[in-house]
Amino acid sequence: MKTQMTSRQMSQQVAFGLLLVATAIVIVPVIVIILQIIITGGDAITWDFLTQPPTQAGKAGGIFPAILGTFYLMLGTIIVALPVGVLAGVYLSEYARDNWFTRTINMAIVNLAGVPSIVYGLFGLGIFVLAFHFGMSLLSASLTLACQALAMTVTTSREAILAVPGGYREGSLAVGSTKWQTIRHIVLPQAMPGIITGAVLAMSRAAGETAPILIVGAAFFLPALPQSPFDQFMALPYHLYTVAAHIPGMPKTTIWGVALVLLVVVLSFNVLATIIRLRARKRRYST
Amino acid sequence: MNINVELTDKKAAVNGEVRMSTKDLSLYYGSFQALRDISLDIPENAITAVIGPSGCGKSTFLRLFNRMNDLITGVKVEGRVELDGINIYDKDIDVVELRKKVGMVFQKPNPFPMSVFENVAYGPRRHGRKNRTELVDIVEKSLKQAALWEEVEDKLEQSALALSGGQQQRLCIARVLAVEPEVILMDEPCSALDPIATLRIEDLMRNLSESYTIVIVTHNMQQAARVSDMSAFFMMEEDRAGILVEYGPTAEIFTNPKDKRTEDYITGRFG
Repeated sequence: MKTQMTSRQMSQQVAFGLLLVATAIVIVPVIVIILQIIITGGDAITWDFLTQPPTQAGKAGGIFPAILGTFYLMLGTIIVALPVGVLAGVYLSEYARDNWFTRTINMAIVNLAGVPSIVYGLFGLGIFVLAFHFGMSLLSASLTLACQALAMTVTTSREAILAVPGGYREGSLAVGSTKWQTIRHIVLPQAMPGIITGAVLAMSRAAGETAPILIVGAAFFLPALPQSPFDQFMALPYHLYTVAAHIPGMPKTTIWGVALVLLVVVLSFNVLATIIRLRARKRRYST
Repeated sequence: MNINVELTDKKAAVNGEVRMSTKDLSLYYGSFQALRDISLDIPENAITAVIGPSGCGKSTFLRLFNRMNDLITGVKVEGRVELDGINIYDKDIDVVELRKKVGMVFQKPNPFPMSVFENVAYGPRRHGRKNRTELVDIVEKSLKQAALWEEVEDKLEQSALALSGGQQQRLCIARVLAVEPEVILMDEPCSALDPIATLRIEDLMRNLSESYTIVIVTHNMQQAARVSDMSAFFMMEEDRAGILVEYGPTAEIFTNPKDKRTEDYITGRFG
């Protein structure tokens, strides 16, 4: 009796130990990466670093044009991907009949998310840069990233719309509202937190993309800030790639400093998305 | 089980005009027949109760009158459903206009996640009423009609979701009243409510039946006996299609049913 208990307790200890180790394997690299970036790159973060253009091929000066370029890119991406994504999400969840065509579209959208980003870049080069003559530009890059972001905005919009309780729709239709009025005044306001969460995450992903913008408009160094959507632009991930891989004698602090800024931009958008989701949930349950 | 029908409260005779009716009506979900050959007249300004065991198509039947079944894919309707003699399943019928005339209250209270005021003003707003004073009047009138005004008078701007279940259901009734319907359909409106809230809704229904035509689906025999003027007893046949077994004044259905199956059901022998 006593020995049996001990062996059961032992196997319990072993199981807990394994679970703990597995969790540690997940968490430790994340912590190490973040610490490494903060410790090595923290010193680079000065007011000038954030507000000045680079000099000496990025070895001195700041990274302001790259920060600005990344924000422009996020903005351009979301201006296209959010409305198109929401409208397509409404169509797919509210209007499209459940037939093979709709199912094919849904499957295609899900698989769009799995297409390697460099393939989007190539697509953008062929369509926006060359065929539409937008050139290597902020516009081409935004449209390219928007195509990639659509997979996410459509999917999250559709999920958020489907999650709106059917009782609300029926209540609205039962007082003689049209379907569109119901969508506009009941369904979309209810789905909005979910839609916005998806949009913010899509923006944060667009901020981190390197491969596609490489071939549709990002430049390593430009003498002036972009003045129009048809100008080329600098962007944080591409800047990081170049200073880390292509400029000899680059100070280590600068490289990690760029990484730190990029990380902060991306993480802050992820945190924003989480806050929006939590607040919406709290509002739903507290009333 | 013996159900005491309060005969005194009933309208002496329901001789009013026929407001809605179905004629040889059958309904299919795909290849499954849910309703078979139902012909029934709904009298004006009275309460008609639809009773019967689970799954006999009561709710499906109710949802014919405002074409709520249209939302389900694969539904096919044969026969006629009339409002004032016009077949509401005709091709040129404007479903939105129909639903304005034939309002519906659902099983589970479903107030919108907005203020009490906005819930009631929702319908009128969608129908183009924009004037604030006009809306204020409509909201007050509708809430008074729904016997809710005194309880929410000073919480009009608060969330409707903060109201109790019974208040929410009366709010949903006010929301329907605000678009000035002629017929009100109620799909087990008290099944999610406690007995006191249930009685309040029943009182309200009695009052509303002075000027509205009401059709109610209910699982609760006593409720049908208490509130309705007419009762329709539904059952399903072997292939699970719902049929109308007996229809008549509630007092007769409950005290002197003509059909053995009706008697068995209301005396609690099955269902």
